Amino acid sequence: MIFNQIALEKRPSDSKTMAYLSPVLAIVLTLISGGLLFASLGQDPIHALYTFFVAPLSDLYGWTELGTKVAPLLLCAMGLTLCFKAKIWNIGAEGQFILGGLGGGYIALELLEVEGMWVLPAVLIFGALCGVAWAALAALLKTRFGANEILTTIMLNYIALNWLLYGVHGPLKDPEGFNFPESAMLSEFATLPVVFDDYRLNISIYFALFAAAVIWALMSKTMVGFQISVMGEDKAAARFAGFKENRLTWFVLLMCGGLAGLAGVSEVTGPVGQLTPYISSGYGYAAIIVVFLGRMHPVGIVMASMLLALTYMGGEMAQMDLSLPKSLTGLFQGMLLFYLLTCDLLISYRIIRKAPQKNHSQSAQKLNAQA
Amino acid sequence: MKRIELKNITKRYPGCIANQSVALSVDAGEIHALLGENGAGKSTLMKIIYGVVKPDEGEMLWEGKAVQVQGPAHARKLGIGMVFQHFSLFETLTVAENIALSLPKSEVKSLDALKERIIDVSKHYGMQLDPNRYVHTLSIGEQQRVEIVRCLLQDVKLLILDEPTSVLTPQEVETLFKTLHQLSDEGCSILFISHKLDEVRALCDNATILRGGKISGDCIPKDTTTDEIARLMVGDDTPLTEDYQKASGGQPYLTIHRLSYKSNDPFATPLKDISFDVKAGEILGIAGVAGNGQEELLSLISGEETTQAAAVKFAEKAVAHLTPEKRRVLGLGFVPEERLGRGAVPDMSLEQNALLTGYQGDLTQKGWINTAKVKAFTQKIIEQFNVKTAGSLAQAKSLSGGNLQKYIIGREILQNPKLLVCSHPTWGVDIGAAILIRHALIELRDQGAAILVVSEDIDELYSISDRICAICDGQLSPVAPTNEVSINQLGKWMAGDFSSVPTDSNTNAATPLTNAGGLTS
Repeated sequence: MIFNQIALEKRPSDSKTMAYLSPVLAIVLTLISGGLLFASLGQDPIHALYTFFVAPLSDLYGWTELGTKVAPLLLCAMGLTLCFKAKIWNIGAEGQFILGGLGGGYIALELLEVEGMWVLPAVLIFGALCGVAWAALAALLKTRFGANEILTTIMLNYIALNWLLYGVHGPLKDPEGFNFPESAMLSEFATLPVVFDDYRLNISIYFALFAAAVIWALMSKTMVGFQISVMGEDKAAARFAGFKENRLTWFVLLMCGGLAGLAGVSEVTGPVGQLTPYISSGYGYAAIIVVFLGRMHPVGIVMASMLLALTYMGGEMAQMDLSLPKSLTGLFQGMLLFYLLTCDLLISYRIIRKAPQKNHSQSAQKLNAQA
Repeated sequence: MKRIELKNITKRYPGCIANQSVALSVDAGEIHALLGENGAGKSTLMKIIYGVVKPDEGEMLWEGKAVQVQGPAHARKLGIGMVFQHFSLFETLTVAENIALSLPKSEVKSLDALKERIIDVSKHYGMQLDPNRYVHTLSIGEQQRVEIVRCLLQDVKLLILDEPTSVLTPQEVETLFKTLHQLSDEGCSILFISHKLDEVRALCDNATILRGGKISGDCIPKDTTTDEIARLMVGDDTPLTEDYQKASGGQPYLTIHRLSYKSNDPFATPLKDISFDVKAGEILGIAGVAGNGQEELLSLISGEETTQAAAVKFAEKAVAHLTPEKRRVLGLGFVPEERLGRGAVPDMSLEQNALLTGYQGDLTQKGWINTAKVKAFTQKIIEQFNVKTAGSLAQAKSLSGGNLQKYIIGREILQNPKLLVCSHPTWGVDIGAAILIRHALIELRDQGAAILVVSEDIDELYSISDRICAICDGQLSPVAPTNEVSINQLGKWMAGDFSSVPTDSNTNAATPLTNAGGLTS
């Protein structure tokens, strides 16, 4: 057996090459697995992969749609980068996104009859603040009671979703909407301006790129960013240096809440244009993959958000052209994350051929002894 | 026939060779020393004998027969016992329960019978031990006895002791040596790992010296001078002797006044009514076996723990309620015991690690990092403290222990602290780096800084401190000028016996200075 002949050995120091190669490898493996999957579904793999990953970008419309999906992904991902750098495992961008959309949408509906340039900024700011408030709950639970943020943020995601469902099934339902669980369409004063006429891409893409630039500067040029990195790398060193753990925890969670909230309200005041149960499409979760695939580096994250945006479009394309289910999107995202985590093992370990005549319990021992 | 014989043992780890063609043999009843600096490969060799690590090459003969030790259980079956530097005892179980856990089932028929055997064995070897006591109530020395008795219960033919004296007071060391002599008289071989030459000369019949994973020499310690052995340990290029003038200091800078403290951690040592001061321009040394409250005291001085303001003062200013950052503004520099994972972030570059405590000077402006100045500061530390590294962007974890410690101490000293607190400044550091570090501390003292050094290394404390004291079970002994405290006196203090005080400072000394020569290497 081949598994008896190879073993994992810790590298003397982490491999920089592998850190950058790992996402590429993960993408290649995802494409191969995807091809096999298509083949097993009776499709020509090359044609199917082309339909999934290339065809969506064959015209300007495709590219603007890509931007429409990159914007919310990138906003959420930049917020999550801050949290993950500090090793605050905020899984709650989804909930913060939904609350931002719900809060902003609520205000926009209240101001349905009001005309004025100030309506849109007010809606956006309120939406972002709702995201902040949702993240503040997780921050409070963590700093005050030591509650694990992974659990609290996941639970808060479900609460947020149920608030949204309650809203669109109840008080926020469009009275003239034939009892569909949807709000009325928002007014033009509460709608984000588009970048090009006739396309859906709106100015939230600028928000996202601006956020990426700001977070990059924060993390690489300022003391706050440095403190966040130290806290994530080594809590004891952060305490020793006198960095304030609780304050930093609040900071990263609130920033992430604000950015995810802005993404949510931009979605509601942009491509969706009303409140529906489906305002998110899982952007808050997909953004987690974006952050890791992009190696927590702003440039990488921009590229990764484009790839993840493409999986959304590819899923729709596959549904239309190949009559395959749209849930392929989730499948591809999942495979990508799985392969990425697998390949990341090779950053600090390498595969070696075991010397012959040793018994096979040794590979495990090797791992233990050097871990 | 030799009891054990190692031939041509080689063990490689990624990036280093821990043992290279090492040969070693021990007779029955022989006490054999394995000497070498930290990182010389002593521990790896012992782990190979005990079956924890498998060698890449070479063979081992046990009583003349070639064996491949499969693991610690197999080693114990052969008659090899090992006492590690860090004990593996369950604190919440009794002595007898701990020992029962490590014996094969067939040997533990009843706990009562076992208790009797424990009492018999411990009496026979002069190591008082009550099998009914809980391990957390035992001193470190007593815990070591549990480990040794546990080996002796199993008809041991070779006992390996890894730096057994580093956790003991001088008096406890004597008791241990008596036991070891008795064991060797009864035919048990002993492998004694240490880097304290005087102990080895007092105890061992033969010595093998390792340097950089290879054998650099063998000798009969009783017929060899300390200098000759030290030369074999460190090589030819390192100076061996140091001699520092004592200083008397000026105004007190750090004042601890009636400090009592109990942290939330149930295993922390509560501090009981501690008072002392450190003057500007002097070095105060605190001796003591680890775990007697040093960590707690230091984190109250560094600001990682806080308490009522007036308990800690920097130059008359109450600071015990302040954060580490504010205390640094007042002139605190701090060198913690843990280099990686507190004093430095392992995965970050040296530049980033310079910023870790250097952020308050001109390295930052209004929260923005001045990269050029950070780089310049890093270079300055590397040059002035002779840090061997691939460059200022190398990760902290890529540095050897000694180089990283030079870097951390340099980082603190170059910020011109008024008070420098060092915990175990040269622990695990090679002799060359240790000398550089001590020089730097003396130089800083002569520039007028107050320096507090906490260490388990008594020789070092005698060499650099101007006044000395000891901490035991959260209480501080009296403080006295170093040359008025005999090694015996300090040993009593370390064991918690604070009577027979050589009264503080300049009044006549109760004990003449008989120490120095005896222990300094």
